Amino acid sequence: MELLFASAIGLLTAGGLYLVLRLRSFPVIIGISLLSYAVNLFLFGTGRLVVDLPPILQKGVEAYTDPLPQALVLTAIVISFGMTAVVVIMALGSFLSSRDDTVNIGPETPPEQPAQENEA
Amino acid sequence: MDNAAGFLPIIAALPFLGALFPGLMIQAGRNTCAAFTAAPTILALTLLLLCAPAVMRGEVLTFGIDWLPSLGLNVNFMLDGLGLLFAGMILGIGLLIILYARFYLSREDPMGQFYTYLLLFQGAMVGIVLSDNILLLLIFWELTSLSSFLLIGYWKHLPEGRQGARMALTVTGLGGLAMIAGMLILGNIAGSYDLSVILTQKDAIQASPLYLPALILILLGCFTKSAQFPFHFWLPHAMAAPTPVSAYLHSATMVKAGLFLMARMWPVLAGTPEWFWIVASTGLITMVMAAKIALFKDDLKALLAFSTVSHLGLITMLLGLGTKAAAMVAVFHIINHATFKAALFMTAGIVDHEAHTRDIKRLGGLRHLMPITFTIATIAALSMAGIPPFNGFLSKEMMLEEVAHTHWIGPAWMMGAVATLGALFSVAYSFRYIAHVFLGPKRSDYPAKPHDPGFGMWAAPAFLTVLVILIGLMPMTFAGELVRVAAQAVTQSEPTVKIYHWHGLVPAFWMSVIAVIGGAVLLRLHAPLMRLWNATPRPEAKVMFDAVTRAATALSTALTDGVHNGALTRNGAIFAVVVIAAGVLGYLGGGMAAPTREMLPVTLVPAIGWLLLMLATICLVAFHRNRFLALVLMGIVGLIVSMGFVYLSAPDLALTQISVEVVTIILLLLALNFLPRETPAESSVARRMRDAGIAVVGGIAVAGLTYAILLRDFAAESISVFHLANSYKGGGGTNVVNVILVDFRGFDTYGEIIVLGIAALVIFALTETVLKGPGGRWLSQWKADRYPEAGDRHPLMMVVATRVMMPIALMVGAYIFLRGHNQPGGGFIAGLIVAIAFLMQYMASGFAWAESRQRVTYHATIGVGVLIASVTGIGAWLAGRPFLTSDYGYLHFPPIEEFEWATAMAFDTGVFLTVVGAVMLALNSLSSMARRAGETVNVTPMDINPALSDAPGEKEA
Repeated sequence: MELLFASAIGLLTAGGLYLVLRLRSFPVIIGISLLSYAVNLFLFGTGRLVVDLPPILQKGVEAYTDPLPQALVLTAIVISFGMTAVVVIMALGSFLSSRDDTVNIGPETPPEQPAQENEA
Repeated sequence: MDNAAGFLPIIAALPFLGALFPGLMIQAGRNTCAAFTAAPTILALTLLLLCAPAVMRGEVLTFGIDWLPSLGLNVNFMLDGLGLLFAGMILGIGLLIILYARFYLSREDPMGQFYTYLLLFQGAMVGIVLSDNILLLLIFWELTSLSSFLLIGYWKHLPEGRQGARMALTVTGLGGLAMIAGMLILGNIAGSYDLSVILTQKDAIQASPLYLPALILILLGCFTKSAQFPFHFWLPHAMAAPTPVSAYLHSATMVKAGLFLMARMWPVLAGTPEWFWIVASTGLITMVMAAKIALFKDDLKALLAFSTVSHLGLITMLLGLGTKAAAMVAVFHIINHATFKAALFMTAGIVDHEAHTRDIKRLGGLRHLMPITFTIATIAALSMAGIPPFNGFLSKEMMLEEVAHTHWIGPAWMMGAVATLGALFSVAYSFRYIAHVFLGPKRSDYPAKPHDPGFGMWAAPAFLTVLVILIGLMPMTFAGELVRVAAQAVTQSEPTVKIYHWHGLVPAFWMSVIAVIGGAVLLRLHAPLMRLWNATPRPEAKVMFDAVTRAATALSTALTDGVHNGALTRNGAIFAVVVIAAGVLGYLGGGMAAPTREMLPVTLVPAIGWLLLMLATICLVAFHRNRFLALVLMGIVGLIVSMGFVYLSAPDLALTQISVEVVTIILLLLALNFLPRETPAESSVARRMRDAGIAVVGGIAVAGLTYAILLRDFAAESISVFHLANSYKGGGGTNVVNVILVDFRGFDTYGEIIVLGIAALVIFALTETVLKGPGGRWLSQWKADRYPEAGDRHPLMMVVATRVMMPIALMVGAYIFLRGHNQPGGGFIAGLIVAIAFLMQYMASGFAWAESRQRVTYHATIGVGVLIASVTGIGAWLAGRPFLTSDYGYLHFPPIEEFEWATAMAFDTGVFLTVVGAVMLALNSLSSMARRAGETVNVTPMDINPALSDAPGEKEA
């Protein structure tokens, strides 16, 4: 089971990394989402995998799942939604404004040097 | 003693507090402004004088507050003789400078700013000399670099001022960085960062193998600050500052900070051959070299600047000799130099102010026109030359006496000879200051008609000159005691202070005679020598400095441009590679424990889920160019992840993941409406191979890490045990995950909902901006004609179904919310479910239609949510508990069952409202783009008109 879990995270990371390195905004967003899955699963995994253990306190039960990573991942999922939403709007805004959805602005000419004081 | 020690932090704080006022008080006039600057200085000086009797008795006043004891950083202040001497000079001369600047600055200069900077600087300097903790001292040290930058660059319109300020900041700042490293080493050796402890650790420090590195690093800081060769070049360039600044920084304060530190560290660092060779040689070279340059400077302030460098070298050399007697002389010369040099700078300022030039070639004969200034300048300059009976003579004689008995390089008389040469140049430039400015015939071509200034302007230098004479005539009365306690602090032993004028026909006497006669001769020969000086090429420090800064700038530009050229892909690739490399490095560097956990067995259903996930991810990468397909595949991945959470005993996560999944997909679908449907293939094969390589290596690394973690138990006991044990007892809930969110880690959640709310507002703002710009104009002409659309925009079945589902979904939301504390659920999930319930209405009948039926704005929902969470948190204060401490209890209404209440429930309500508001605001913003693109508002819930077969029967609203 652990092997399946780890390999799934690995593949999600690999897919996410590959897509994040694409040139257009949409695949980058999808890539970030995949990375979010991977990271959330990884964080969840730090509590170690357990099956069929209760997450709710009950009388007479001693073994529980680890609640702490779950709580952290829960907020992480919600926050990654917020982040995805912001990135989507940024991508959309830049496409609408410039009719171009590439993510690179390319090497620019350096900004004007401040007045050449060194000669003074 | 205890009472007086309490003054120390106040003395250090007063200038900083006072710095708040000049900027305001300038509205009330320049005199008021100056008065409000002088007030904190006078107050601080008074408090210092109240401390003085105890220090004079030989006590060391200390005052300490623990600040960050774990780092060894404490707000410890200490006042001993050395501190008293410096603090007195800083505040006393500071007061004179405030007076002088009041009359020096013109009406056009922003005086409030000037005084604010000056007080900031004064506070930083006082902080340095009063600090007992070297980390605290370093903070003040850096503050002097920063505030002196502001002062030197005060005339912002002058390029010289800006360059001089930058150069001073660069040089002293870099030295300060080196010194931080040195101080940390020193603190490590001594086992404490408190000076009072360090000063007792001489043997341990000098025996340490790290003594030399620490010494060099600390001396770098001191030498840069005190403008010692080869870092002396910044000081003359700092002369572009207004003269009061020069007089203050370069007589009593900034450049003396380096000397102060060398004196402060003298008990532990001095006395070794390393110390002697580095410090004494640097001082001697600086002294002679700068004195020679000073002779050939035509600018009055440049002359004084180089003479300052020279005298700083003299004092450095004395400290470097490492003998107690020499250290005593150094202390004495610090006092003398401060008095005559501040006075000289002020007279230079007066000449500049009245004659409108400080070029010596254009001056001369001023003694008739400015008799008062002439008198002051002459006395101060003679003292600088070391002519009896002024105070400069006394310390110079004692210096020569010390040097005459010291063996440096070469023959035994070598050091004495070199020092005499330095004194000779010193006499020459001092005489020149008198002869070429004030003596000689009156000229007719002064840029302005020179005359003595008003009393306000010459009062300060005159006062200093009186000190010069008094100390010169009666040294033991006026300076003896101060020198004694200060020297006692430097040498940590009782010194014998005997200052007198006539030593007999000792070597120092003859060296002095040679210096005075030689200096006079040199001045005679000045004109031909000047021609020779101008004819010989010499290295120009500024050119070298500029070249070095340019090279450094070019290097950093090349580096940042190489890494960060605006290409996100490049950044991402570099980031990924660096992170992977760091991970690999860590993996190679440390061992790994053997696995301690058994693997869980694999059953059929999870195996199928895994297979689907892998397939979906692979397909997603393979077919990512088809964006709709990619979205569908991403949905599959999300669903399987949710199911995985169910299987792995995390129902809360599963609920959250699946609702977030729905919302995310809807969001992306809405966005895709306006984005291209396909991603073009444009990167080269090599590029793709590179990315695939990075991705595969990264994936394997993460998989390996995960696998390694999963097979091993916790290294230390998990704090989850605490949460499990206290969830019901302390938080009143059996769903531990929810109790952690709203109670144990409530502060985290509080921050999270605020972030979420901000994200939603950012989305709203971005949308508004885009719609107002060219994007909005383009959208209004946008035609969705590229793809066929369904004839019924809002299908009947969907409308009916969502209407029926709305109350059910809200009910589910309420149920999930209420059970959250004890069963899977809670504010986050309930918020998402309710948001989805609303979203279904939006999808069924259009955003605008649904929105017009909505009474509360989403902004308000977010705000109210955060507010409720805050009020709940603050409520705990009323009960005298920390922020967000929760409470709970049970209510019993007879017909109903026992009912639990918890303040955490109110907090969860805040979470719920914020999530609903944020999600809805985000999607609503996106939909506003659709409306701009011409989507019309329905009049009826279903806008399908079966009578029309060719087009959806919209009616314009």
